Amino acid sequence: MSSPITILGSGVAGLCVAAELSGAGHAVTVIDPHLAPGAHGCSWWAGGMLAPDCEGEVAEEPVVRLGRDAADWWQGKGAQVTRNGSVVVALDRDRRQLDRFARQTENHQTLDRAALEALEPQLADRFDRALFMTQEAHINPRETLLGLHARLADAGVQFVKDGTPQGQVIDCRGLAARDALPDLRGVKGEMVILSAPDVTLSRPVRLIHPRFPLYIVPRGDGVFMLGATQIESGERSRATVRSIMELLNAAYALHPAFGEAEVLEIGVDARPAFPDNLPRIGRIGDRLYVNGLFRHGFLLAPAMARMVGAMVRHGDQPEVWHEDHS
Amino acid sequence: MPNFYGTEVASRLMLGTAQYPSPAILADAFRRSGAGIATVSVRREAGGDRAGQDFWALIKELGVAVLPNTAGCHSAREAITTAHMARELFDTPWIKLEVIGHADTLQPDPFGLIEAARALTDDGFQVFPYCTEDLVLCERLLEAGCEVLMPWGAPIGTGLGLNNIYGLRSLRAHYPDVPMVIDAGLGLPSQAAQAIEMGFDAVLLNTAVAKAGDPAMMAESFALAVQAGALAHAADPMEPRDMAAPSTPVLGKAFL
Repeated sequence: MSSPITILGSGVAGLCVAAELSGAGHAVTVIDPHLAPGAHGCSWWAGGMLAPDCEGEVAEEPVVRLGRDAADWWQGKGAQVTRNGSVVVALDRDRRQLDRFARQTENHQTLDRAALEALEPQLADRFDRALFMTQEAHINPRETLLGLHARLADAGVQFVKDGTPQGQVIDCRGLAARDALPDLRGVKGEMVILSAPDVTLSRPVRLIHPRFPLYIVPRGDGVFMLGATQIESGERSRATVRSIMELLNAAYALHPAFGEAEVLEIGVDARPAFPDNLPRIGRIGDRLYVNGLFRHGFLLAPAMARMVGAMVRHGDQPEVWHEDHS
Repeated sequence: MPNFYGTEVASRLMLGTAQYPSPAILADAFRRSGAGIATVSVRREAGGDRAGQDFWALIKELGVAVLPNTAGCHSAREAITTAHMARELFDTPWIKLEVIGHADTLQPDPFGLIEAARALTDDGFQVFPYCTEDLVLCERLLEAGCEVLMPWGAPIGTGLGLNNIYGLRSLRAHYPDVPMVIDAGLGLPSQAAQAIEMGFDAVLLNTAVAKAGDPAMMAESFALAVQAGALAHAADPMEPRDMAAPSTPVLGKAFL
């Protein structure tokens, strides 16, 4: 048995690091006041898209590259990963934006109406052109977090509410670690979960829109997640009428069947981000910090966990190493 | 260089702070643009307990003057409330006043604009109204106490450039001494150069830079364009004419 490890936080970052180190034979304890993943952590409100190519439209290169192996990692940990790509569409007046999106991203095919009909028949009524991002995948974030939590507990990882940390401490507390990481900020996101039995989308769909960009992720059984706003605010509550109206409007523009959907849930939280919106691993005193996964928690946590594993076991310096947090 | 309410600004370029891929890229864009003023929206970000303060702290660290705006306000009352919040947050009397009158085109509401401009100048604000190039509206804004005008080039975020050259020339000619900033609608550096060549004091951009593939590079290209425009304006450009005039005299031909 290798040296003990204490992880703070049972969000997506904490659980992935726990999985990597527990798998390598360390005795791992996870401290989280809530014991298990849940509504208190922002990964609970994630979309669950494993979409490195789409994210590459805005995100910098490391996000795309580090995110490439996420689907394999999650699958290897027993998560149910749906690997059927994703679709990007734009309303008629924004057609040129779709060309631009294609220029800025990789691994896609352009679909005409017939090809779109074969993939997502409901979209073919409304769109005569789309991009099919062939390499992308999606998961249900809540089932994935709870599943990983259960498997880790079975494998002997201890989950405790509090206690004195033993051995190497790895802080994965997200925004709660702002006390130690002054340049960490919150970026507010609002999302909606709908039950829309008349909608048959089988893969994530992104709507490019100059004002109200939207993605819709199928969760199975006619349930869909609509996301997400991105507001420069650390506020973790208060979904506004304006934001929710924008999300619902965009969904309705994507397909009118969303008009009859039932609103199951409205969620809001803030993503932890550093000024470059890229993730970091760093050390303050004896404590390691893994943070700043921004809107890429499920996409980047596996790569972050691997880097932490290689560092703890072999002393390898991670590429996202950040020397001085102060 | 432009002078707004007694403050001289070292650049004819002003940049908005929304929609960048990250605050770090935003800061890069500012460095390479040499922009002297940053506009920042407060309405949606404010939330409870000044939840936007981390982002605003990053803006303050840019080391440029901050011009808070009332983006997203659809009535005079809403804009006035937001202006007060902005004055408290940024400790400045400056406010870029936006009152949106039309949801699709984001066209300014001239009536709400005058109402809000009057109330805010009475209250000690120094108002930068986002307006159209309408001469009568601009006259009323000046009467309401505005000492700067910010006519649009085209609707916000469209990148269409200067849509009404005649109207903008006419506005510039009527009020040669009022500082004027072309706000909104610029997509390319050539359009910014054109505005400055025409004698406008500055341009304000956001989307054209923030949504470029390389925002910092685009910011620098706008800085160079604005510099070119200012040199051209100062150099007293030739007047266009219909008849061709060869730059090298053609000898041995009779006058036509």
